[in-house]
Amino acid sequence: MKDTEGYVTEDGRQIGGTLMELRNITLRFGGVVAINDITFDIREGEIRAIIGPNGAGKSSMLNVISGFYTPSQGELWYKGERRPPMKPYEVARMGVGRTFQNIALFEGMTVLDNVMTGRLTHMTAGVLSQALWWGRARDEEMDNREKVERVIDFLEIQRIRKTPVGRLPYGLKKRVELARALAAEPSLLLLDEPMAGMNVEEKEDMSRFILDVNDEFGTTICLIEHDMGVVMDLSDRVVVMDYGKKIGDGTPDEVRGNQDVIDAYLGVPH
Amino acid sequence: MTTEAPDAGGPSSIPALLRRNAQSFGAAPAYREKEFGIWQSWSWSETEEEVRALALGLLELGVEPGDFVAVIGRNRPYLYWSMVAAQMVGAVPVPLYQDSVGEEMAYVLDHCGARIVMAGDQEQVDKVIEIADRLPSFRHMVYLDPRGLRKYDHSRLTSFTDLQASGRAARDARGAELDRLRDGLGYDDTCVMLYTSGTTGRPKGVVLSNRNIIETAKNSAAFDDLRQTDEVLAYLPMAWVGDFIFSIGQAYWTGFCVNCPESADTMMTDLREIAPTYYFAPPRVFETGLTQIMIRMEDASAPKRRMFQHFLDHARRVGPALLDGRSVGLWDRLKYRVGEVLVYGPLKNALGFSRIRVGYTAGEAIGPEIFDFYRALGINLKQLYGQTEASVFITQQPDGQVRSDTVGVPSPGVELRIAESGEVFYRSPGTFVEYYKNAESTKDTKDAEGWVATGDAGFIEDDTGHLRIIDRAKDVGHMASGALFAPKYVENKLKFYPNILEAVVFGAGKDRCCAFINIDLTAVGNWAERNNIAYASYQELAGHPQVLDMIQSHVEETNASVAEDEMLSGCQVHRFLVLHKELDADDGELTRTRKVRRKIIAEKFSDLVEALYDGTETISTETEVTYEDGRKGRIRATLEIRDAKTVPVAAPVKAAAE
Repeated sequence: MKDTEGYVTEDGRQIGGTLMELRNITLRFGGVVAINDITFDIREGEIRAIIGPNGAGKSSMLNVISGFYTPSQGELWYKGERRPPMKPYEVARMGVGRTFQNIALFEGMTVLDNVMTGRLTHMTAGVLSQALWWGRARDEEMDNREKVERVIDFLEIQRIRKTPVGRLPYGLKKRVELARALAAEPSLLLLDEPMAGMNVEEKEDMSRFILDVNDEFGTTICLIEHDMGVVMDLSDRVVVMDYGKKIGDGTPDEVRGNQDVIDAYLGVPH
Repeated sequence: MTTEAPDAGGPSSIPALLRRNAQSFGAAPAYREKEFGIWQSWSWSETEEEVRALALGLLELGVEPGDFVAVIGRNRPYLYWSMVAAQMVGAVPVPLYQDSVGEEMAYVLDHCGARIVMAGDQEQVDKVIEIADRLPSFRHMVYLDPRGLRKYDHSRLTSFTDLQASGRAARDARGAELDRLRDGLGYDDTCVMLYTSGTTGRPKGVVLSNRNIIETAKNSAAFDDLRQTDEVLAYLPMAWVGDFIFSIGQAYWTGFCVNCPESADTMMTDLREIAPTYYFAPPRVFETGLTQIMIRMEDASAPKRRMFQHFLDHARRVGPALLDGRSVGLWDRLKYRVGEVLVYGPLKNALGFSRIRVGYTAGEAIGPEIFDFYRALGINLKQLYGQTEASVFITQQPDGQVRSDTVGVPSPGVELRIAESGEVFYRSPGTFVEYYKNAESTKDTKDAEGWVATGDAGFIEDDTGHLRIIDRAKDVGHMASGALFAPKYVENKLKFYPNILEAVVFGAGKDRCCAFINIDLTAVGNWAERNNIAYASYQELAGHPQVLDMIQSHVEETNASVAEDEMLSGCQVHRFLVLHKELDADDGELTRTRKVRRKIIAEKFSDLVEALYDGTETISTETEVTYEDGRKGRIRATLEIRDAKTVPVAAPVKAAAE
């Protein structure tokens, strides 16, 4: 039942059919229900945001999508097919890239090497070839390096190409992480709080890059973010979660007017 | 002025030089640019093909001879090609400063009536679109970097690649037409129009002909023996005349390779990778380089530091002499060789100066110790004096006659004259044709015989023939005794001390000179920290007796140095005070480019100036200040005025002009 209709956004972008669909996902850790029967979809080419108060289950949701958690119940459909339980690296090979809430880069390695690791899923040369750096491994590396350089150019981080990541300020590390995710050429990019802890200028830069990625590469983006201004400006559709449940889903305007959402954020007397 | 045509049949335009280069050394590299982490290069014949494709594309766009084509963006081969392509179809390229705001751009684009704009990226495209309504002659824009521009309305917008593609498609149909246009370019046709930065009033469009550019390039290339195998790094604004001369004029004349950095941020890395043989930088670039080395050496281990210091002292002693080819003892030579291996070589490599044969600095005065440092390392750093109206070169220092206090001898083909007022005039084959659509300014600057006023006062040294610039002509005055008064000359000497940020010297029409000093908070603060001097505010630090002692010693050393110059020995500073606030553009005391506005300062602090001259020891004052958010406040201070020792001069020497 693949939906191929799509829709057109306010700024005139054509959004395609369903890329990923989550049906009645429930995730339990012992007695704790982190995600409770949630259903939503992500369409090709859109920027989809997941928002909600602390502890609402947003990051768990992202981890389900990236294959880090296997849902207790429910189904994941990806590109029109039901996705069996998978390891995260298998999910990555299928074209799902991600960044982490707490930066997860190799601090001692240079930016270039870190971004190169994003290409690992595309490397197939054997151990021997890699060790000798001959034949397939060499051709592959040149090929991959070119793709990585395009990402470096795109995110404007040429000047720190050879700088060890550990010496970079926070905002730049976030950008390097995005670069690594992009280097894998994902069809679905998951961003876990890409702007947490940034100042206004860094947020503006990052927003611009997210829009550019979506625009230039047509990458579908699913992001978690706390800054409401950013979410409302960037995303095409928003899912709102609270205590593991979905309490809203729609365009930013629809969500903003939703009484349940307002209550969840502002609090209601129980 | 020279009037002869180029050597019979010689190339008389930049596109003709391109043809010559592609024929004589087509396989040699003409351009390099670092992109995607790799240096991409284009040979002269590839360059010709690219430029022709562009030029044909411009013809297809309907560009006609005499049209103006504006070029805006950072230094990239594609934009240099755009300028040459515009010339090839008989149009005039007008490079603009890429950091200028929409408003400034609107004035320039409207003034020249640019038909076509070649923009580097989305930022520049956005600026032009914003002002397009006010540009009646604007017809079409071409952009280089397509990023973010895909969804723009393309009715008046074309990508660089599409333009070249349309040109390549039209090769058969219009190739002959292009050849005809190119061969029709004359020696006195306009080569380029460059707008002066316009610190005073509106920017003026300086029209330079092919003769101006090619003669200047030819003369200056011969002066420094520039060769086809030289390398330059193009990183200064394309709208600046110097970049046009270095990266187009001299590059096309001698056929050397122009290297473009990956981005402005990677300039230093790219410089190191390319290691240019011919290099230009304003003094502040050399200053920053030196400071960074010194800071990094502080962190080095003690033996390394000692080795560095030891060999650097040796280099300071014999390096300049070796560079100038003067005789140096065998032992010193050997030791310098060892130093080259251990210290100077690695240092030059880290700076990207390993291969420099000719390096120039100009624009402002450079501190002698900075200048000497680089020369001591064996880097042939020289000074030149020039301006847009002269196609850069007025004077330059020949190899072996380099000093930090002169700007050199007249460049080949340049005649110099010092007017009675002390103002420097010149006449040369590079002298500009006119200010575009501004006959009045042209007449004010260039007289009927072709002499151009520089606006700077200076004199020619009798024994060496070197020109020395002392100040802006309008700032030079006379003291009560009739001695020449050149405040900037003294201020620059004072400002070479890291502890002194600004200095303002008074003395026009008075019997002696006095000065206001501004301390440099970073340098003096650092010094205070090391010497356990406690202070709570800028004002307290500025008034600290030990700081005053230090500044006094600087002033006295400056006096000794000023006294050596017999013409300006009257400008020694007799009394000074350290100001309680930093001079600031927000308070109108400096221009936005940080030049002191002496008239305003003299008025605002009139009580202090008076105190300097009436012998008061201390003075209380109150000053209005403007905070960054625009609020105003007042600060009160009591300042101590100190007397500085001066060097007695035999007899009051009168200025040469008197």
